[in-house]
Amino acid sequence: MNSVFVYIEIEDGQVAEVSMELLTKGRALATELKVKLEAIAIGYKLDGIEKDIFPYGVDVLHLADDKRLAPYTTLPHSSIVVNLFREEQPQVALMGASSVGRDLGPRVSSALHSGLTADCTSLVIGDHEDKKANKVYENLLYQIRPAFGGNIIATIINPDCRPQMATVREGVMKKEILDPKYKGTIHKLDVSKYTSDSDFVVEMIERHMEKSKVNIKGAGIIVAGGYGVGSKENFNLLFELAEVLGGEVGASRAAVDSGYVSHDRQIGQTGTTVRPKLYIACGISGQIQHRAGMEESAQIIAINTDPDAPINSIADYVITGDVAEILPKMIKYYKANTK
Amino acid sequence: MKGYKIIVLAKQVPDTRNVGKDAMKADGTVNRAALPAIFNPEDLNALEQALRIKDQFPGTTITVLTMGPGRAAEIIREGLFRGADDGILLTDRAFAGSDTLATSYAIAQTLKKYGNFDIIIAGRQAIDGDTAQVGPQVAEKLSLPQITYAEEIQAIEKGKVTVKRRLERGVEVVKCPMPLVVTVNSSAPDCRARNAKLIMKYKHAKTISEMQEANEDYLHLYNDRPYLNIKEWTVQDIDADPNELGLTGSPTKVKKVENVVLQSKGAKVITSSDEDMDQLMRELIESHTIG
Repeated sequence: MNSVFVYIEIEDGQVAEVSMELLTKGRALATELKVKLEAIAIGYKLDGIEKDIFPYGVDVLHLADDKRLAPYTTLPHSSIVVNLFREEQPQVALMGASSVGRDLGPRVSSALHSGLTADCTSLVIGDHEDKKANKVYENLLYQIRPAFGGNIIATIINPDCRPQMATVREGVMKKEILDPKYKGTIHKLDVSKYTSDSDFVVEMIERHMEKSKVNIKGAGIIVAGGYGVGSKENFNLLFELAEVLGGEVGASRAAVDSGYVSHDRQIGQTGTTVRPKLYIACGISGQIQHRAGMEESAQIIAINTDPDAPINSIADYVITGDVAEILPKMIKYYKANTK
Repeated sequence: MKGYKIIVLAKQVPDTRNVGKDAMKADGTVNRAALPAIFNPEDLNALEQALRIKDQFPGTTITVLTMGPGRAAEIIREGLFRGADDGILLTDRAFAGSDTLATSYAIAQTLKKYGNFDIIIAGRQAIDGDTAQVGPQVAEKLSLPQITYAEEIQAIEKGKVTVKRRLERGVEVVKCPMPLVVTVNSSAPDCRARNAKLIMKYKHAKTISEMQEANEDYLHLYNDRPYLNIKEWTVQDIDADPNELGLTGSPTKVKKVENVVLQSKGAKVITSSDEDMDQLMRELIESHTIG
C-alpha cells in the first residue's frame, strides 16, 4: 500500500522541529491507514541523521546527500522530491509550512498535479461520498484549516489526485518519540539521477540565519496583544507585565501588521501555535486564526473593551475594560501578593 | 539602456483584515458584499519592485495580469495609476471554483500565449487564502526558477537578477538568471501612491465589457487612444484544456465549510476594580499558574 511521506527540513545539519512534529503526525496517520511511514531528507553531510528520525517510527528514510543540496534551494530539492514521489507514489505527503515548505510544496504539487492545502490546523482520516458521481472514497486525508479571514473552517479533500499534500506550521502538531530503538531502513539516492544541471542555476550570494531571539513557543506565560492595544507605546505595558511574570510577549496578526511588534511574536494559524499555562489576551478580538494558535492554553484571561469579543468564549477569566488601566493593576497586585 | 519586460500578477481580494460583524449572513455563509474589494496588499509590494526596475531601466514595461470577475479591472486601473503600462484581465465563467493549481494553470497558459517577459513578479500570497502557492506553481508550469519571500530586487546585470529574501529566520541574497518568477513579501517597501498625471491619463481605461456598458460619449476615445484598452481575455484566448480549469481542474475540493460557532466555557467575568484585580492575582498565585 502507498505510504505516508514526510519531507524532512534540515537546519544547520539538524532535523527541524516542524519535521519532528510532522513525523509524529505522519506515524499516527500511517498506523491508521496500515501503511509505512517514509521520510525524505535532502542536504549535505547527513551521516547519522537517521538517529534523529527513526525514533519517530519511520520505516524508510530516503537520503539525498550532496554538497550542492545545502543550503536549501528550490529546484534541486523539488526535482528530487518530484522524481522520488513518481517512483514511490505516496498517498499522503506532509511538509512544514515554513519558508522552505511553502516554497517547495506548491512546486511539487504543480509538477505532480496533486492538491496541496496550506497551513492546516488539523489532519484526520475520513471517507467521502460523491453523490453526483455515485462514488465513495475511503480513507481520505481531511485537511482542515480556517479560511476566509477566519470566519469559516474548511475541510479540504483531494479525492482523485495523489499524493494528498498538506503543509502545517511549526507547533501545531505535537512531537512525540514512538520508540527510541525503532528500526527503519535507509535508501540512499543517486543525486545525479534525480536532478539535472539546470536545477543549480540559482547562486547563493549571502546567507544569515539566526535562531529566533523570541521564544514564545517555549514560554509558560504569554502576554499577547492585539490591534486593540492601540499603539506601540501601549505594548510596553505588555512587556512590563511579561517581565514581572517571567513570560513572553505575543501578538495577533493585526498587531504585527500594524507594526506594534515584530513578526516573530505572531501567534495564530499563520504565526506560532502556543500552549502556555497562562495566556493573557489584551485587546485581541479573537478571530479563529488567532484562536487556532492559542486555544489549548491551560488558562486564558481575556481583556477587552468589547464584552462580546469572540475571545471571551474560550476564556477562563473575562475582564471588560481598558488594557492601559488593567495591566498596571495586575502588575501592582502581583507584586503585592508575592512579597 | 535596455529595459525589461515585467509581468505583475495581482489579485483583487475581499479585505479580510477588516471583517465587520456583518461579514457573515444569518445562514452562515460569507457576505462578500459586506467586504470591500481591494488590491491584494503583497501584490502592491510586488508592483513597487517592478516600478523600481522601471525607474532604473528606462524602456521597461510593466503589464498587470489579473484573473477574476469583470470588476477586477479596477485593480488594473489602480496599477496604471501607479505606473504600470498595460493590463490583462483574464475572466471567464470557466475559471469559477479554481483552486490554486487550476488558477496557476490558467495564468501560466496566459503567459505562454502573451510571451515576451523577463521577470514575473507577484505578491507572496493573497489575504483571502494565504496559501502562497500560485507564484511557485506558475513558475513550475512555465519551467522557470522561482525566488519566493523577496524583500528587494537589488540588481539586474548580465541577464541575472539579484534578490534579497526575507525568511522566517533570516536573510538570503541569491542570484538567478532571467526569465524567473519572484514573489514579494510585505516586508518589502510599500507601493508608491497614485500619480495625478497617470490618473488623468488612464481614468477611462476600460475592458471591452466595461466599454460596452459605458457612456457612448467616450467610445471614440478608445480608437484614438489605444492605451485605454485593457485587454480582456477568456478561455478562448489562452489555448486552455477545459479539463484543467475551474472546479474540474482543481485537485482539491471543499468537503465541508463550517461557520465558527462559539460556545462560552462559562468564564468568570470580573471588573477592573482594585478588589477584583487583587483577587485575580491571588487566585493565579495560589493555583501556581504564576509566581
